[in-house]
This record gives sequence, C-alpha cells and structure tokens, in this order.
Amino acid sequence: MSGPEGPVPAPGLRARVWRAVREGNSVVVTLLAMFASVIVGGVLISVSDKATIAASKYFFSYPWDTFSAAWHATSRAYLALFEGAIFNPSSLATGSISTILYPLSETIVNATPLILAGLSVGIAFRAGLFNIGGQGQIIFGAVLAGYVGFAWHLPVGVHVLVAVLAGLVGGALWGGLAGWLKARTGAHEVITTIMLNYVAYYALSFLLSVQGFQRPPYQQAISNQVDANARLPHLLGPDLRVHAGIFVALAAAWVTWWLLERSTIGFQLRAVGANPNAARTAGMSVERSYFLVMLVAGGLAGLAGAMQILGTNSAITQDIDAGIGFDGITVALLGLGRPGGAVLAGLLFGALRAGGVQMQSRTGTPIDLVVVIQSLIVMFIAAPPLVRAIFRLRSRDRAGIGSELAKGWNG
Amino acid sequence: MKNSVRVMALLGVVALAAAGCGSKPSSSGTSSSAAAPASSAASSAPASSAAAALNACMVLDVGGVDDRSFNESAWKGMTDAKAANSAISISYVSSSSQNDYTPNLNAEVAKGCNTTIAVGGLMTDALKAVATANPTKQFAIIDSATGQPNVYGIQFNTAQGAFLGGYLAAAITKTGKVATFGGLNIPPVTIYMDGFWEGVQYYNKVKGKSVQVLGWNEKDQKAGTFANSFTDQGKGRQVSQAFIQQGADVIFPVAGGTGLGAGAAAAASGGKVSVLWVDTDGCISAPQYCPYFVSSVVKNIAKAVTTYVTGAASGSYPTGSYIGTLANDGTGLAPFHDWASKVPASVQSELDQIKQQIISGAIPITSPSQPK
Repeated sequence: MSGPEGPVPAPGLRARVWRAVREGNSVVVTLLAMFASVIVGGVLISVSDKATIAASKYFFSYPWDTFSAAWHATSRAYLALFEGAIFNPSSLATGSISTILYPLSETIVNATPLILAGLSVGIAFRAGLFNIGGQGQIIFGAVLAGYVGFAWHLPVGVHVLVAVLAGLVGGALWGGLAGWLKARTGAHEVITTIMLNYVAYYALSFLLSVQGFQRPPYQQAISNQVDANARLPHLLGPDLRVHAGIFVALAAAWVTWWLLERSTIGFQLRAVGANPNAARTAGMSVERSYFLVMLVAGGLAGLAGAMQILGTNSAITQDIDAGIGFDGITVALLGLGRPGGAVLAGLLFGALRAGGVQMQSRTGTPIDLVVVIQSLIVMFIAAPPLVRAIFRLRSRDRAGIGSELAKGWNG
Repeated sequence: MKNSVRVMALLGVVALAAAGCGSKPSSSGTSSSAAAPASSAASSAPASSAAAALNACMVLDVGGVDDRSFNESAWKGMTDAKAANSAISISYVSSSSQNDYTPNLNAEVAKGCNTTIAVGGLMTDALKAVATANPTKQFAIIDSATGQPNVYGIQFNTAQGAFLGGYLAAAITKTGKVATFGGLNIPPVTIYMDGFWEGVQYYNKVKGKSVQVLGWNEKDQKAGTFANSFTDQGKGRQVSQAFIQQGADVIFPVAGGTGLGAGAAAAASGGKVSVLWVDTDGCISAPQYCPYFVSSVVKNIAKAVTTYVTGAASGSYPTGSYIGTLANDGTGLAPFHDWASKVPASVQSELDQIKQQIISGAIPITSPSQPK
C-alpha cells in the first residue's frame, strides 16, 4: 500500500515517515486503532472500578480523587496485562528461567491456534469468500486429531504427526463441504458455514455421550485423554506450556503465503476474489477455486483444532473451539488478510489473552475487557475514516483497509 | 441542529453536577483505597491481618459468577466463609473457555493463594497437573476428586435428595403421572433423574399405586428427554407443555435456567401443574414462580465450600474427599414455602422417615451415577 508518488522527486526518509503519519498509511492507522482501543478500554476499566465510582460521587468537591483513582485502576490493570503477556520484572528475583519466560510462553500458546484460524479466514477472504465456519472446522479437526490421539497407539514421533494430519483432514473435509456446496449449488458460504457450525457443535455434544469417545467412568462430558505420544512436545521443558505447534503455525503461514503469492493456484484464487466474472472470462474455473480455497481454509482451521487438543488441552470438551473460530475473523481483519499479518495479529491477540489472565487474577478486572479491546481494534481498523477523523489525518484514498471486509459478501 | 446539541450538552453538565455534588466521606483513606486489592470481594481485607489469615481463591467454570447455578453457589460458599471469619480473604477468576483452566489455576497459585478451589469436574485434568507441580499448595475441586494428597474432592450424591423429591411428586400427583427432563445426558444431571425415578418407584411399591414417570427411566440410561440446553427457557417451556399434554401434573426440570420454562408452563396452567425445582431453593433463586414450586432438590455446594474454607482457616486442611449426602445436609429437600399447607402432614412425616432410612442404608439408592 504505497501512496501515489506523483511527479514530486523522491523525498528523504524523514519526510516520507512524516507523510505516512500525516496521511495515515495502513500501518499507522493500525497503530492508531490500537492506541484508541487502549484508551477506550482504560475508560471502561475506570468506570467499573469501585474506588473510582466512590470518588466520583464527590467529583465536584475533590475532582482529583476521581482522576487519581481512575489512573490507578487503569495503570494497574494494564501493567498486569503487560506483565502477564511479555515480561514480569519481579520474576528476575526468582532467578528461574522458566518463571522469566512464562509470560512469553503463554502468549505463544494462545497465539498458535489464533494464527492458524486467522490464516484460514484470510485465505478465504482473498478468494472473495467469508469463512465463518471456523468453529465447525476447528471442532471437526479437534475431534479427528483427538480420536487418533487416544484411540490409536503409535510410536513416539509418528503418533503426533498422524494426529496433526488427522486434524488437517477433519477441518478440510468440513470446510470443503461448504466449498463444494458453493461450487455445485451456489449456496452462499456464509449461510452454509454457519449452519455447519451448528451441526459440528451438536455432533460433538453427541460424541461426548458415546462410550469409546467419552471418558470412563462417564461422569462428565469429556473425551478420553490423548496419549502422551500424540501430544505436541513442549519446547522449553515441562514447566512451560509452549509447544511445537508454533512451528506448525509458522510453517502454515509460509505455505499459505507461497500458495497465494507464488503459485498458479494462488493467482487464480486472487483473480477470482478480485472479480469472478473477469476470472471466468479469462478461462479460470471459479467453481474449482471456491472448492479449493474452502478445502485449504478448512484444513488450516482443522490444524487450529489439532493445536487445541494436542497442545493447549489434552481432552475434548464441548467448548474445545474456545471462540477461536470467530476470533480468527478478527485476526484476519487485523492482519489485512495477509499471512504475515495473521502471524503478527495472532501474536498480539495471544498476548492480550495471556495478559488478560494475569490482569483478572491480580486486579479483578474482568477478562471480558480483553475481548472488548480486541473488538475495538478491529472495529477501528474496519473503519479507517473513523480513525482518520479522530486523529485528524488527511484522508488519502477512499478504498482503505476496510474495503477488505466488504469483499467477502460479493460472492 | 446546533441548538439541540447545546441543549443536550447543558443537560449533560447539569446531570453530572447533580451526580457529583456529594461531599467527600470523612475517612482519610479514600484516595489510597484504590490500592486495596481491586478484586471486589477482597477489598475489605486488611493488609496487615494476623498470621493465621487465609488467602482463598476460586477458579470458576464457564458461565460467570452470576449464573444462578453452579458458579454462583460455589462463590456464595466463599462469601459465607468470609462472613464467618474475617481473616479469610477471597477472590475469584472466571474462565471463558476450557483453554483458561490451566493458566487461571497457575495465576492463582502464583498470586500467593493458600488454597485454590476449582469449580467443575471438567477442570480435573488441569487441576491434577497443577497440583502435581505445586505439592506444597492446597486445592479443592467440586464435582470431582483426583486422589492426590493436596486436593480435596467435593462431590454430591444428589440421587438421595432427588429420591425424596420423587416420593413427594408421586404423593401429590392427581393424574398419576409425573415428568422429568434434563439439560444434557451427563451424569451430574441424570443422577437427579435416577433418584427421582427411584423415589416414584418406591412410592408405588409401598402404597400399591402405579404412578408413571415420563421423560426418564433409570434402567435405560441412553433414552430420556433432554432440552440440550441449560439456558433456553423457550425450549424448557415447550418440553413441559408436551408433558402436560400427556397428562403429567408435577414436573422436575434438571436443566438450570432452561427449567424456568417449566415454571412458565406451570403458571400458564393456572395452578394445575406444579414444579419441583433443582440445585437451589427455587423460591429464592426464581421467586417469580414460587407459588408453583412444591419444593426443591438442593445440592448444597455453598455449605460444602464454606466448611472447607473455614476449616482451612482454622489451621487444618480437610483431607480426603467430601460426599454431600442427606446425612450431612449436602443434598435434600428445600422448605415447602407456599406449599407447606398443601402437602399433607402424613406425607411430610413419611419423607422424614424415608430420609432416615436412606441415611441408615435401609433404602438402597441404585443410581449408576453416584460418586464413589
């Protein structure tokens, strides 16, 4: 997204940076959107803080009390968020490496499935499809990966590979089904993927009551536990939860990038996404592209499901999806539908989730605040004119980042 | 347009001024009170309390602290414990999905909690791992037990309480048909339905009657009527209407908030149909339907939590595990409230006798879902 240079001779670096800031290119808008979300989040923390509410009752006699209480609550909450996600200075005193790295480990654990779900939604975006079926695809991926994980007993190394592949296949089948329906019958993917979410959710509900899937003595709606051989290996010892899944996510991001930007298939997908009619006239099969992209998108979401069951958790329950299917949409939007963007956005949201746990535990700020901040970031990004208006940036071109959002509905 | 904006702004200022005109409380510690633990319930804990102070924390399951059920009862146990002993400081974190179980438990341990209570059997795996990694810390878990020395299992044999409920329902039905439905076909739900079914069978045996149970049969654990939801009141009402059409006049919903639909159906019947509530005393948790609640089969999570926490605060952590029964008031029937005059005294005394017989073992409970 480079601006129109025009006839002006190439300006120096400083001038270019200043121009980017003044006109608001996509990176600047993204950063400003985050900044605005943090401010709004801070206001929400303050107005829900008991001390601030108490002080505001006598605001006109001692206004300073209100501000200091609000500042105190907000800074405490954000400090805990940071310390839970990146680095906690007090951990240095313990001298233990795993205590120091714990926040980063948690961030990566949370980011891994988010990156994969973001890639899934992002690649479908590029072909002009809106994949809202992440939830169902994750559930199916997790069910297959989990089943292979606890019902089969394979040697070390082989087992985890087969289980991850099973997750890929499970998601691809579920996503491919929606793509096939779209290609063959023209059924809108938004409708079919949402409906397939319900089917997957209730199929899982049924499976959790079936002997052979449910865990004896059948006291809870929880599946058998996957074998130790099928679990993704921990990278930094048993005390830290960070597991090899992050490499799966990064590899998937690279493959997605290569597929989109370097392969013939990717060119066709992007052409179909830009204008299906033109692509058809050019001799490309639009139907084949729809089927293929949903197959790949489903596979990526299925991998996210595999991370959930082989990495983060060790048994399937009803909420194995953990909202990641829908968070994938926000990750893809923040990542501008690009694989690299999905990695960065996934890490950011992973950090927010990891930090949110500490924030809730230490300051009592509800963890829902993290969801609000995430949503605000995406909302600001989806409406670049809003951010430009707030920060008084010159509007540059009409088709901003938000136009990515609307694309999916054309199909 | 501009004028209306000005008027609105003026109104806003007036409203703010009205709200902010109070005077500052005389206590000098107001501005520093923000430094107290922000967790609402812990805010009054003195920082310099005695050495015996106990920091008790709770990790809630999905649903939140105000779910009118499970999480809420568990948290009430904590607030009751604090009311009984002010040296206890309490706090909770809630989970938004199963992904949060392990990080939440770890965060509570790292925060310095002396004991952490996990609410919900689904947390068993996560708690087992965290308890192994922190052998010097104490834990408790509701609706499960891990067998570890530092984990206190809190479970409930609600089939015993539901047995009394089934007997009561069979004794007051006029149509000879009673009904029950569950939220999901999982043992913590079906154990109630088993007990209810057994209670009705027992009534038939001793009275020579043939009261029918719709919606559940203990001998066929895979069948039965389920709403597949713990929140959908509409579904609960629909299921209840179907039972009423089949002739049932006492309904026992075991489905959390979905059961409120049974209350609505009973209200619509104009008093012909009554409801036996579950988990909590219905006249307290859903007072709008109190006239239709014969009684409630309660699961006394709050009391079990309070006992554990106050026991821990007095210096010794309870060991082993706790199973809530009729004998220790962990389960049982709630008061009759509006129905106290409508339930015959003979039935009330029979219920007392049966309770004693279940406690003594003279009446065996056969539900396969009972905790061991």
